[in-house]
Amino acid sequence: MTQPRVYASTRRAFLAAGGAMFAWPFMTRFAGAAGGRDPRLVVLVLRGALDGLGVSPPLADPDYANLHGAIALSGSGERAAFHLDGFFGLHPSMPGFARMWRAQNALIAHAVSTPYRNRSHFDGQDVLESGYPAPGRVDSGWLNRAVSLLPKGERTQPARGLAVGALTPLVIRGPAPIVGWSLAEAPNYPGDLIDRIMALYDRTDPRLHEALSQGLGVDALARQMGQTSMGPGQAMRAPARGAARLLAADDGPRVAALVFDGWDTHANEGGPNGRLAQLLSGLDGAFEEFETGLGVAWKDTVIVAITEFGRTARVNGTLGTDHGVATAALLAGGAVRGGRVLADWPGLKDHELHEGRDLRATMDLRALLKGVLRDHLDLPAGTLANIVFPGSQYLAPMDGLIA
Amino acid sequence: MNETGAVLALQRFGLGACGGADTLRKAASDPRGFLLAELSMGAPLLADTNLQPSSEIIARVRAFQRVQREQRASAPPAGAAAALPVGFDRNVIQDAFRADAMARLRIGCAADCGFVERLVWFWSNHFCVSARKGQLVRATAGALEREAIRPHVLGRFRDMLQAVEQHPAMLVFLDNTISVGPRSRAGERRGRGLNENLAREILELHTLGVDGGYTQEDVAALARMITGWTIGDPEGRLGQTGAFVFNPNTHEPGAQQLLGKTYADDGVRQGQAALHDLARHPATARFIAMKLSRHFVADAPPPELVDRLARVYIETDGDLRLLAVELVSADQAWTAAASKLRTPAEFTLATARLINVLPPRPQPLLNLMAQMGQPLWDPAGPNGFPDLSSAWASPNGMKARLDASTRIARATVVESPMTLLDEAFGAAASAPTRQAVARAESREQALALVLMSPEFQRR
Repeated sequence: MTQPRVYASTRRAFLAAGGAMFAWPFMTRFAGAAGGRDPRLVVLVLRGALDGLGVSPPLADPDYANLHGAIALSGSGERAAFHLDGFFGLHPSMPGFARMWRAQNALIAHAVSTPYRNRSHFDGQDVLESGYPAPGRVDSGWLNRAVSLLPKGERTQPARGLAVGALTPLVIRGPAPIVGWSLAEAPNYPGDLIDRIMALYDRTDPRLHEALSQGLGVDALARQMGQTSMGPGQAMRAPARGAARLLAADDGPRVAALVFDGWDTHANEGGPNGRLAQLLSGLDGAFEEFETGLGVAWKDTVIVAITEFGRTARVNGTLGTDHGVATAALLAGGAVRGGRVLADWPGLKDHELHEGRDLRATMDLRALLKGVLRDHLDLPAGTLANIVFPGSQYLAPMDGLIA
Repeated sequence: MNETGAVLALQRFGLGACGGADTLRKAASDPRGFLLAELSMGAPLLADTNLQPSSEIIARVRAFQRVQREQRASAPPAGAAAALPVGFDRNVIQDAFRADAMARLRIGCAADCGFVERLVWFWSNHFCVSARKGQLVRATAGALEREAIRPHVLGRFRDMLQAVEQHPAMLVFLDNTISVGPRSRAGERRGRGLNENLAREILELHTLGVDGGYTQEDVAALARMITGWTIGDPEGRLGQTGAFVFNPNTHEPGAQQLLGKTYADDGVRQGQAALHDLARHPATARFIAMKLSRHFVADAPPPELVDRLARVYIETDGDLRLLAVELVSADQAWTAAASKLRTPAEFTLATARLINVLPPRPQPLLNLMAQMGQPLWDPAGPNGFPDLSSAWASPNGMKARLDASTRIARATVVESPMTLLDEAFGAAASAPTRQAVARAESREQALALVLMSPEFQRR
């Protein structure tokens, strides 16, 4: 602070953000699972803890309306929940998912939870994404380890996963190479700048070399993708649309992870309208973007939407819900054997709730995910129990999730 | 001349060398003394005339929101331009955010080293709010840093803790303004109740850490103790409008037990006493020592350094200036390799300092930070931006840095990129980097290479 310094302003200001989409594919198809299928798997991580009783209300449970109070959904009247199976409903902001459910391409698993039982978002997210039974392991995620086990592609490059967004989510971090993609405009690099930086990193910093080379890739497919624009309400649709196009390409990635934030509805969660309704509408839009963008590949696709834990069964003092335990997981895609709600319903009476406050977990999320990985990506159960979800030997992969 | 030490002082602990200001040479004669000298000058307060107290910002945001509501209610005919009252400030939220952002950028560029600024940023991320929460938080996010963090950054942790937890931005961000003691007068009359969001994050993120040994019952007890901590209402019935006030009508009556200790119901002092004890807790000392070492030194910091900082924290009752002195006095803080990647915010400001350009408005730099994944005062959640290099050194993250460097290089007229390399690193620049900059085919390309060099990216 000894001397104030004077700043010259440049003649040209820094450029502002742009709106073009770019992508770096260079993944090969992995030799698909049985029957010559070419499966796609998308993991949507809903950070902040989704209210399972909000997305899929147990309309026929006698205690639901009372517990969820002013934010409970109703099976009749204006903005009624969609009826699924006579017991469970679906939030009215999700007409796309309801249509997929009727076409037997969507499924809900309810009263589901990771093994984590405390209520810290960040530990809960680490358990959800790492695939380890307890917090503390953040070196790799279960999806990355699953990708690392996939058979190698026809070309020399191994199968790769796709991470969407500026920060790579833990679920897809790890030993297997991944490519990144986000909604930023890429500038024209002056001359052979990239070659020169790569040569410099090659001599001085192998880790930066590896990261940047993966980040760049070869942008042939990106050039085909053209422009798009971001409008309000596009926060989930736009990345889903971009990821779908990459996944649809013959030589694109086959596994992708996207993170959607904002599910921590402590206050004014809302019922048929309001904050959660808006979030679910965005999520519904993301499912529809995948369905549209994947085209013929939709029939080979499974999308899984998961969250770190659920919320209190009882509405709190501020028309929201606090951190809880069990919640719902959503599956959609042409490869899903859908039209069902999977639940061993624990009930909502005081003595049935976990610690008298949260929906009790009767299904381990890892069993569900292992069922998807085994039957959709053809990964053996033993490897799933040892490497993908370590310490889950006692949990059998769930049968019959894949059509 | 210790240029390697000077680079560490400027980059590991500070905001980087300033172009044209000879900072590397100033630091090189005594790198540690260079940092200690900045600490001894105290924390600079922001004095821009367009910065307002958060209470005033909040009053203006509320006036803005009231007009918005009235306009929606009166529903002007479609297509007609809505008439605004005279003197109505449409951009109150954006203006307040940008004024604080600009002041932060300016003071970051003006600092000799920037160690104190880096401490401000560290604590600001420790006690973060997310602007995306809503208009009030966006408008006051900068004021939280300016009013609750900056004045205490070389003071006591417990004072910072209380200032933060009683700041309007934090009270709104973590829902405490709507939390009501169920057995309070307001709770019994209106049937409203507790929201445990702030209490949980105080324990998990602000003091003890998630493994700090508290239970769900402790969370609920602390939540009850801080019921009534809210913001003054527009009519001023509770106290100063827009400022922190204690509302006895929503405060849960009765004694509470936190971590085995009973706190008598003493109004606002009940929660303050709890914060005071949390600030002195050994788990808090360990948590903060770990976070500080991890932020400044290495993703996996030397355990001896963490132990040493935790011990000093306890011995000095959370004196943050002495903690900073201890950090830079420890040899382990200097011997660890430069393994950490600068955060996008550090990279952005280091670039502005090196090229000696601060745009007159904050948006260009704010856009760069957002594109690289670190939008100012707007992390995705209350745990703040990640502090591990592995999170930033991702394929997308490096691609975003390349794009940012390219944009900056294109928009900046620099006579001699090699001079910048010398000003930043002197003899500490590696031969390959020096060669790459020397052989670049244009000044633009050369500047991008300086910015992307491992020397500039890592600290």
